[in-house]
Amino acid sequence: MKLEVFDLSYSYSTTPVLKGISLTAEKMVTAIIGPNGAGKSTLLTCIAGLLRPEGKILLNGTDIRKMDRDDFSKALSYLPQDAPSRAVLTVFEAVLLGRLHSLKWRVGEEDLGIVYRVMGELGIEELASRTLNELSGGQRQMVSIAQALVKEPEILLMDEPTNSLDLQRQLELFELIREISADKQITLVTALHDLNLAARYADHIVVMKEGEVVSSGSPNKVLTCEMIESVYGVHARVSVDEEGIPEILPVCSAGRRKNHK
Amino acid sequence: MKSEPKEIYSGITSRKYIFILMMGTAVVLSFILDIMSGPAWLSVREVVLALLGLGDSTGHAIVWVIRLPMAAMAVVVGAALGIAGAEMQTILDNPLASPYTLGISAAAGFGAALAFVLGVGVVPFAEEILVPFNAFFFSFLCCLAIYFIANKKKGTTETIVLAGIALLFLFNSMIALLEYIASADELQAVIFWLFGSLSKATLPKVAIVFVVLILIIPIFALDAWKLTALRLGDNKAKSLGINVEKLRVKAFVLISILTATAVCFVGTIGFVGLVAPHISRMLVGEDQRYFMPLSALGGAFLLSVASIASKLVVPGAIFPIGIATSFIGVPFFLFMILRRRRDFW
Ligand SMILES: Nc1ncnc2c1ncn2[C@@H]1O[C@H](COP(=O)(O)OP(=O)(O)OP(=O)(O)O)[C@@H](O)[C@H]1O
Ligand SMILES: [Mg+2]
Repeated sequence: MKLEVFDLSYSYSTTPVLKGISLTAEKMVTAIIGPNGAGKSTLLTCIAGLLRPEGKILLNGTDIRKMDRDDFSKALSYLPQDAPSRAVLTVFEAVLLGRLHSLKWRVGEEDLGIVYRVMGELGIEELASRTLNELSGGQRQMVSIAQALVKEPEILLMDEPTNSLDLQRQLELFELIREISADKQITLVTALHDLNLAARYADHIVVMKEGEVVSSGSPNKVLTCEMIESVYGVHARVSVDEEGIPEILPVCSAGRRKNHK
Repeated sequence: MKSEPKEIYSGITSRKYIFILMMGTAVVLSFILDIMSGPAWLSVREVVLALLGLGDSTGHAIVWVIRLPMAAMAVVVGAALGIAGAEMQTILDNPLASPYTLGISAAAGFGAALAFVLGVGVVPFAEEILVPFNAFFFSFLCCLAIYFIANKKKGTTETIVLAGIALLFLFNSMIALLEYIASADELQAVIFWLFGSLSKATLPKVAIVFVVLILIIPIFALDAWKLTALRLGDNKAKSLGINVEKLRVKAFVLISILTATAVCFVGTIGFVGLVAPHISRMLVGEDQRYFMPLSALGGAFLLSVASIASKLVVPGAIFPIGIATSFIGVPFFLFMILRRRRDFW
């Protein structure tokens, strides 16, 4: 499904947080990068339909405000950045809630099947009957990811999905997401802090700073020393590995950041 | 070691059915024991015969006029408070939320006190109608007040809880004020009402609480999955397509009606609404399809046992059930908290 954002602006109170954002994402992995407070989460929340911004958000050409609520929430999955829930639910039950749109009083076999399959793909099926409040932070994060995936959405928004995941899980998660998005034609938009992960797994990178898009394009085009210096205020070496993927090695901060708010 | 998703899931849920079944049985047993116990003990046979309308006339009179209304009232009020507490904790995302801690019981107490001090005695039989009516009116008013205060600040759960606590203090001090100006007789009536008591229970009153329960439970049941999903956090719930604000308001109105109906006939028995949901959560977790029924049964059981105990403490007299509830509930609750191995909130 094609996601288009036109001239999106939003302010929580008076200070604008998003200032005329435009971007297009289509059937691939789009990574949104940028320093803390750049507005990445706000942008994803707007796209998820949880805030009322100015400007337009289109899914396959239809304004999300004109879409049927149920169709919209069925088409889109959103993984918030908030700490995952610690409710007294087993992992199985929590993941099952991701299929809320199709749950009846009696849980259907199809729903159970999908939940179990996704838990298997994420390697958390062993945890099925443990409760959320006795999991580690990373395990809980995996549960939230599973929750987002079981909906089998057409648009998947993930706000820093690799939070608290170990190295192997981070890589596996993106391998899996790429596989699924190629397979099921999912459009994934993810906020990410790890530039090397973005370089390796994103097809398209959008760089945000202070509520604006400062650069966008393929990883090779976007991830440059100049960009990193001007956006993050960090000196970094960027080389290209044998697969043609940029590698970023931060060297030092280019001095204390001036615009700390 | 490949097992079917269906088996794993039924492994998770079958435990919960067992807990619900056990608690259901416990409620039935304590209900019967409650009817049996009193100044003149009845046998199980006598109780069953009387309930079926087959026993002798004394047994029949004791059961139908005195014991059954009280025993049934304990069960329906316990269930109502259990559900009210469970849903309140769910929508407010707060383990301390309950009709008691948010001032709703205190508001009912104020309404009742107002009736005793300023109204009762003016009209004959007024106590029968005026006291519960006043209690209902003020507890419902309290719920609305909490809601409107909270709504001013966009309904965050913290504001609702803080507004409730503020109202708790307000109503408590207004009760104190009424007690201060009351005559000795009025004071006695107020205090006795505040203790909580089943002694004014009649079958029509039981029927009212029962009907309210029967009407409200299905409405909660229809939203069971949504209420469960609310525990994932507002953002997640919204992105699953739930209109979170609307769900909260709806649940809050239902809780208000349930609480107001329950407390207006029996006085302040608030502790049940706080404890029953916690016990239920420890046993079956927060899937509403199990959490809500078990909270109801747990509340019913606690109050039923308290009712039995209130008759045994002082032989021949009925000890106020509100006091008995706390005496039984608190140690039980502490035991559950200390025994558990993990965090439940
Ligand atoms: N609920 C809120 N109310 C007021 N201001 C907010 C709120 N949420 C975020 N902001 C502000 O909006 C700006 C953008 O925040 P946002 O969460 O979108 O940043 P981000 O790019 O996701 O940052 P991070 O990398 O730290 O997650 C920040 O300046 C933040 O302080
Ligand atoms: Mg963020």
